[in-house]
Amino acid sequence: MLQMTDVKKVFRTDLIETHALRDFSLQVDEGDFVAVTGPSGSGKTTFLNIAGLLETFSDGTYELDGVNVSQLNDKQRSRMRNEKIGFIFQGFNLIPDLDLFDNVDVPLRYRGFNAKERRKRIEQSLDLVGLANRMKHLPAQLSGGQQQRVAIARALAGEPRFLLADEPTGNLDSTMAASVMALLQDINARGTTIVMVTHDQVLANQAKRNIFVRDGQVSELSTGAAFPNAAIA
Amino acid sequence: MFIYYLRLAVKSIKRNPVLSGLMVAAIALGIGSSMTTITVNYLMSANPIPEKSHALYYVQVDSWDPHNAFNEDDIPNQLTWTEATNLMAANRALRQAAMSRTGGIMEPDNKDVKPFEVSARLTFRDFFAMFEVPFLYGNPWSARADEKREQVVVLTKRINEQVFGGVNSVGESIRLFGRQFRVVGVLDDWQPMPKFYDVNNGAFEESEEVFIPFMLKEELALPSWGNTNCWKAPEGDGFEAQLRSECIGFQMWVELPTLEDKAAYLDFLHSYVSEQKTLGRFPRPMQNRLSDVMTWMEDQEVVADDAQIMLWLSLMFLFVCLLNTIGLLLAKFSGKASEIGLRRAVGASKGDVFLQHLVETALIGLVGGLLGLSLALVGLEGIKSLYGEYIQALAVLDLTMVLVGLVLALVSSVAAGLYPTWRACNIAPASQLKSQ
Repeated sequence: MLQMTDVKKVFRTDLIETHALRDFSLQVDEGDFVAVTGPSGSGKTTFLNIAGLLETFSDGTYELDGVNVSQLNDKQRSRMRNEKIGFIFQGFNLIPDLDLFDNVDVPLRYRGFNAKERRKRIEQSLDLVGLANRMKHLPAQLSGGQQQRVAIARALAGEPRFLLADEPTGNLDSTMAASVMALLQDINARGTTIVMVTHDQVLANQAKRNIFVRDGQVSELSTGAAFPNAAIA
Repeated sequence: MFIYYLRLAVKSIKRNPVLSGLMVAAIALGIGSSMTTITVNYLMSANPIPEKSHALYYVQVDSWDPHNAFNEDDIPNQLTWTEATNLMAANRALRQAAMSRTGGIMEPDNKDVKPFEVSARLTFRDFFAMFEVPFLYGNPWSARADEKREQVVVLTKRINEQVFGGVNSVGESIRLFGRQFRVVGVLDDWQPMPKFYDVNNGAFEESEEVFIPFMLKEELALPSWGNTNCWKAPEGDGFEAQLRSECIGFQMWVELPTLEDKAAYLDFLHSYVSEQKTLGRFPRPMQNRLSDVMTWMEDQEVVADDAQIMLWLSLMFLFVCLLNTIGLLLAKFSGKASEIGLRRAVGASKGDVFLQHLVETALIGLVGGLLGLSLALVGLEGIKSLYGEYIQALAVLDLTMVLVGLVLALVSSVAAGLYPTWRACNIAPASQLKSQ
């Protein structure tokens, strides 16, 4: 599904060079749920941005679903993001003056679905996260946990095979965090591959695999977790 | 997607009403000022008779002072009585009409209507067919009326309403210049703008109120109400001496459908002037000219210099307004960076983001354009009150100008939005998503 080999990312200014990723290699298989942990500044978010085609890399190879992404132009990268990747952010990143329906609609608009298909997918996604009855609410009318659920619904509406979550529970209290984590596990159980960056080791332990990133390099901690704490949902 | 982008644009405008309002106001001010001056220039330079302006020619010959050109090496812009009558008598064009402006007192038979002053155009019957003047009642006078100097008159619609209450007055008689005239025709609404057939006497003044046969000038010793220029004093006193002098105060138009006709008429003018030279007239080198309608108006600088200067100033003002709009758009779009980052992350290409923001810019431009047109109406009213009656007909915003205003607003706002929009679509999504 995701294959990074010796990926390097260097941020350059006139004065300094910062090596965010050094020979970063990782394989994520179809159906995996990978938690990425590591100290601040270790390169977790840079990895996630490169994995999500939001940033380019300086060297190495990255294949997503068998496609060498370094060969793609902006339009092709955008299309790949739209069709294959779903994003969940720590700050939810909902558009404040669009209601829930229109927020979930955003990626579908760029997919070119007709109105009927979009409506069906939006309703299904919001139903999955338990907010089907609040479609006409604005994000500000929801709690943080509910807003993150809307963001998850938006990420799932296009039925991506790959979900990237950057600190999805970072802005939530423990109850809401557990609820969101349970939802992610449920989504993974339905076949969606998930890579989640988190600082929370408890949540990370609930993933199938744990990756620890330090100084822009990977050290895998564990594999094969089978959601031992899934019951907390 | 266009409808979607339009919806997003409306939401975005509502989200920042003050910023959006400032942009609309900047565009409106620029469009308002430029459309005011563009309208005046457009009407000043409009083709008043587009269907045949290429076939109508103003006649000029150089009968001026041997020692000084008429005007900076140019030839006289009017004819003498002698040339006007001789060229008419030669009858070498398909249609031809010499003319001049006069005026006097009209005394209606109806005692309820007090005598009043009217302006009159002395001309020949071809004037009406040549310039496609529409008739409400009756017809032009006959060729015989021209020849026999009959006291016949064609009234404008307004005068007919004033004197005869708007009914068909053909055959009625009316007292004009102290003589009895017979009404042969009543014009429908007709006001060429500019009044191309006599730009020497006010290109933007209203057409004359009555039309009478040209030769009545001599018959009734009618005064001149137009510009008259002389390079030497009349030989003798009185009206007759003045009329037959070298003073110029008459215009002449000919209709020549083909270039061959034009060439033939120029040959005729050369022959005529050569003949006059043998009689001791036309002391200057031969220079005869036929100018079609648009060339004539350009030659006579119908579009005033100050109007053109005002146009350029207002376009510069529009440019300044657009610079302000660029700044405001940059501020607005940078405030939307996180939304743009999100849209890019979920699949919008740079092209999608560019189009979305271009639609928003165009919508702002359109609203600014509509408001600007309202300001242009106010500006035109201001020009009317500033310059007075003679510019009344120029201060009108017609459908063409409304469309020009909207297109100008759209094009200029989109042009102003290109750089901010380009900046918006180049926002790095990764940097915006984490920072929200």
